[in-house]
Amino acid sequence: MHSHCSNLRIYFWIILLRKGFITAQLFSSRGFLNVTCDDMTLTPGRGSISTKTITLKMETRFTKGKSAILERPLTRPKTEVSVSAFALLFSEMVQYCQSRVYSVSELQARLAEMGQGVGVSLLDVLVLREKNGKRETKVLNILLFIKVSVWKSLFGKEADKLEQANDDDKTYYIIEKEPLVNLYISVPKDNSSLNCAAFTGGVVEAILTHSGFPAKVTVHWHKGTTLMIKFDEAVIARDKALEGR
Amino acid sequence: MSRQSNRTTDNKKMNSELFTLTYGALVTQLCKDYENDEEVNKQLDKMGYNIGVRLIEDFLARSSVGRCQDFRETADVIAKVAFKMYLGVTPSVTNWSPAGDEFSLVLESNPLVDFVELPDNHNVLIYSNLLCGVLRGALEMVQMAVDVRFAQDTLRGDNVTEIRMKFIKRIEENLPYHIRFF
Repeated sequence: MHSHCSNLRIYFWIILLRKGFITAQLFSSRGFLNVTCDDMTLTPGRGSISTKTITLKMETRFTKGKSAILERPLTRPKTEVSVSAFALLFSEMVQYCQSRVYSVSELQARLAEMGQGVGVSLLDVLVLREKNGKRETKVLNILLFIKVSVWKSLFGKEADKLEQANDDDKTYYIIEKEPLVNLYISVPKDNSSLNCAAFTGGVVEAILTHSGFPAKVTVHWHKGTTLMIKFDEAVIARDKALEGR
Repeated sequence: MSRQSNRTTDNKKMNSELFTLTYGALVTQLCKDYENDEEVNKQLDKMGYNIGVRLIEDFLARSSVGRCQDFRETADVIAKVAFKMYLGVTPSVTNWSPAGDEFSLVLESNPLVDFVELPDNHNVLIYSNLLCGVLRGALEMVQMAVDVRFAQDTLRGDNVTEIRMKFIKRIEENLPYHIRFF
């Protein structure tokens, strides 16, 4: 087996409840498992699941031994693509999203959703590559991880600035003067609040949430583009409790 | 006009991972939005076409290639200049048809499919179909109608990725009447 298999991390991702079926999808760093439990009944109001017979149909989607993906070295590939290719692709994405929404906030939400897909995929490989499989436990460290490692692997440079709000200990800002995703985008005057870096916001939100720091990330035009990160109360409370350790 | 001269030099490159993952996010979204894979393939082709139509201008500005004399030259420019410039890979041009109107681009590695495995329930999905649209759109803008399709795909267990391109016809410039004659 491969070395990084020892660091198998599993997330409970989606739990779908249908007529008597409970399906859970487990994501891990090696693919994902579909677990289907038949004959499970939910006991309403108690929040517990009573089970008569549980048949676990494990439809493994673990990649098979022949998969080339698992044989690849963890080091960052040297391949490069042109920024224009990315800009054109991103532009198509924005147009596609725009064709299916009615408002700017919906458009940004859709872009953020796509960004989350990128963040989730990126987190695993970055933690293994940069952190040797160790997770971060402190708010400041995870923010620095995003500012430095995540930004470098995505955009080839560190984020311009990381700041904390003066009056609020759960709000942080990542400020990027000219984000790569906005490089070739000119926003029409009539919806100037649109910032396509919502996509980057989605990436950051997914990375924070899946590292155990649930947060909401919003994007604003301020000193270029500012990603505003608002952590859950619980995250900050936990961080305070960990202080000095 | 004076800006044209420095445009070739600022052909910026970026790490391919963001590109790959972004494309992945797009395909995932399409799979969620459309009911079947055929529709997704169509949508990818359409988006690719839109990209191609815009990309050709960028390509002609950056690469100082002139007009191609024949389809063979076109094939070489696509493989050695265009793919290299935008995706950082150089496919090989092979399998010419005897008539010289059809060839294959064989990619050893396809930057769009890094980290990708197709789930069993998506066996109709042509994951990289965007590329077909791009080639079709770009060539259409230089008066060439081509048919582009995937013949082999590493995602479906083939050893290489093969894009088959067939020349259909030259598109006659259909200029408006007053430009044609005056």
